[in-house]
Amino acid sequence: MPAESDTLIRVESLTAGYGDRTILENVSFEVNRGEVFVILGTSGCGKTTLLRNIIGLELPLSGRVWIGGDDLVSADEEVLQRIQRRFGVMFQGGALFGSLTLLENVRLPLEEFTELNDEAIDWVARMKLQLVGLQGSEDRMPGELSGGMQKRAAIARAMALDPEILFLDEPSAGLDPVTSAGLDRLILDLSSILGVTFIVVTHELQSIYAIASRAIMLDREVRGILAMGTPAALRESPPHEKVRRFFHREAETEPVGPGGSGGSGNGRVRGGAS
Amino acid sequence: MSVDADISMREGRLVLEPAGDGALTLRFLGALDNTTVPFLWGEVERLGAETSGRRWVVDAGGITKMDGSGMALLLRVRCLGAGKGREVELRGISPGYRRLLERFDPAAYRTIERQDPCCQSLPEQVGRTVLQMWADFRIQVSFIGELAAAFGRAAMKPETVRWRDLWLAAERAGADALPIVALISGLVGLVLAFQAGMAMRPYGAEIYVANLVTIAMLRELGPLMTAILLSGRSGGAFAAEIGTMKVNEEVAALATMGLSPVAFLAVPRVVGLVLMVPLLTLFANVAGIAGGALMFLTLDYPFSTYFDQVLASAEIRHLMSGLVKSVAFAWTIAGVGCLRGLQTQRGPSAVGQSTTSAVVTSILLIVILDAILGTVFYFLQF
Repeated sequence: MPAESDTLIRVESLTAGYGDRTILENVSFEVNRGEVFVILGTSGCGKTTLLRNIIGLELPLSGRVWIGGDDLVSADEEVLQRIQRRFGVMFQGGALFGSLTLLENVRLPLEEFTELNDEAIDWVARMKLQLVGLQGSEDRMPGELSGGMQKRAAIARAMALDPEILFLDEPSAGLDPVTSAGLDRLILDLSSILGVTFIVVTHELQSIYAIASRAIMLDREVRGILAMGTPAALRESPPHEKVRRFFHREAETEPVGPGGSGGSGNGRVRGGAS
Repeated sequence: MSVDADISMREGRLVLEPAGDGALTLRFLGALDNTTVPFLWGEVERLGAETSGRRWVVDAGGITKMDGSGMALLLRVRCLGAGKGREVELRGISPGYRRLLERFDPAAYRTIERQDPCCQSLPEQVGRTVLQMWADFRIQVSFIGELAAAFGRAAMKPETVRWRDLWLAAERAGADALPIVALISGLVGLVLAFQAGMAMRPYGAEIYVANLVTIAMLRELGPLMTAILLSGRSGGAFAAEIGTMKVNEEVAALATMGLSPVAFLAVPRVVGLVLMVPLLTLFANVAGIAGGALMFLTLDYPFSTYFDQVLASAEIRHLMSGLVKSVAFAWTIAGVGCLRGLQTQRGPSAVGQSTTSAVVTSILLIVILDAILGTVFYFLQF
């Protein structure tokens, strides 16, 4: 982990929701530079809502979000754009531009924001695609790709401008274990070599153990942070029953009947979307 | 010759130093990121084309900051060197960056060539278009067949029809469209009366403006304006709705449940529209004739005169020929809208394409149908 551990992102008593429906109440935490910070929790606990508030897509009902000394909540359009240039976002569904090929998707931010010539942009974009294991698919359209490939291409696009912060919304959900492990490796490399700070929303346990320097677990009933700490600490000494269940993959209800034996439940913690 | 070239741009520099035995040292200093790489890239390209050193030593020890574009540049240097059979040695790079760079195989990047979008020749384009139209025609024929079969089944078992969807389609395409249909037809009637009045005035025939407006609205303009409006409003909406369902694989989901998409999606919409378009046409006729009346009053004739003329010329056969047309138009609009929706390809621009195609095709077919029916009615003296 990096020597400097200054705070890069600070969320202060953030309350978020849609209309009169409050989803998160009074959430505060800090993310240090170079950390891989994982937001986890069961489906529907507000992980994606929290992410959307931190990246400025939704305006919090109250609270502040500081990114490197700028307050995102009170920022005007110009400041917001400046802050947003500092991070890349991979959305849950990929959000690739469907009318552009993969290469053009990754090229787009480079064309808009750098003065690199065409050939250099090609090289950079192809290298990004190779980093996520998509060499050879540069000229394919997003619609022709599997969900996992779209996800990886979206990560490549988020990395195009080498932002200091990368937000990944469920990067490894729906990926095979090999690709998923490759992605974890990439996240660790980028964070240790380039010092990129990651905020990752995920509920893949193996991935959490592999990458997370710290994690927060959100909960629907608490409407906020249920637990915070390193994944190992959360697993070994869970501060709450729900945390224990999450880290040990147990269902909330006991198995019904003889068919459902085996102790560990299925499905609950591995749901596809939050 | 100690310093061969010193390209100093902002904070990034490339210093060239000839070393012994024909080797050349490329020393990068400062930042190697997307502010400096745009300038260094061209220099590196030039070096690759010109310099004929046997060996390149790339010294990365002086790099203070590097991002993806910097790494791309280093990779490019390696490729350019290797391209001329040179040995390229990379020195002074931190182990972390080296590990990152090793993920990339320079050989795989040697063949980056931007392909020009190939231009198709005219015969090729014509050929492709004809093939496309033929394929499109076949799909239309099979869709008509499928729709007819679905109607057959629906007529045998009316309880299988999705009545809720039918009423919803009827409400959206019919009741909701009434204000705009009335407004446009009213204006068309008004303008028609105005133009005709101006032309007839020198002959003292203004009184026949009423007959003209009545017959034109009933036979031609009422059905036509309504149909064109609805093909934009409802035909486009059908294509977009069904197209979005197709893109989201909802249509596939229906099919796997054993439900025919044509029966489930197209039949309620087609029936809804076939019920509504003639009704809307009636309103359009009334609105058009009322618009004509407004104009007529400015010509200093009493309203009763206009009314008498309208009643005298509004024969039932005029009305019926317009309504027959409007039923035919309704089938066209709904059929084309649903067909284009179901034909939607994958991808986000696909829905837009099928919506456009639905509107254009149905307007085209409406105008052609109008001409054919007009001719047929003439010969039938209807």
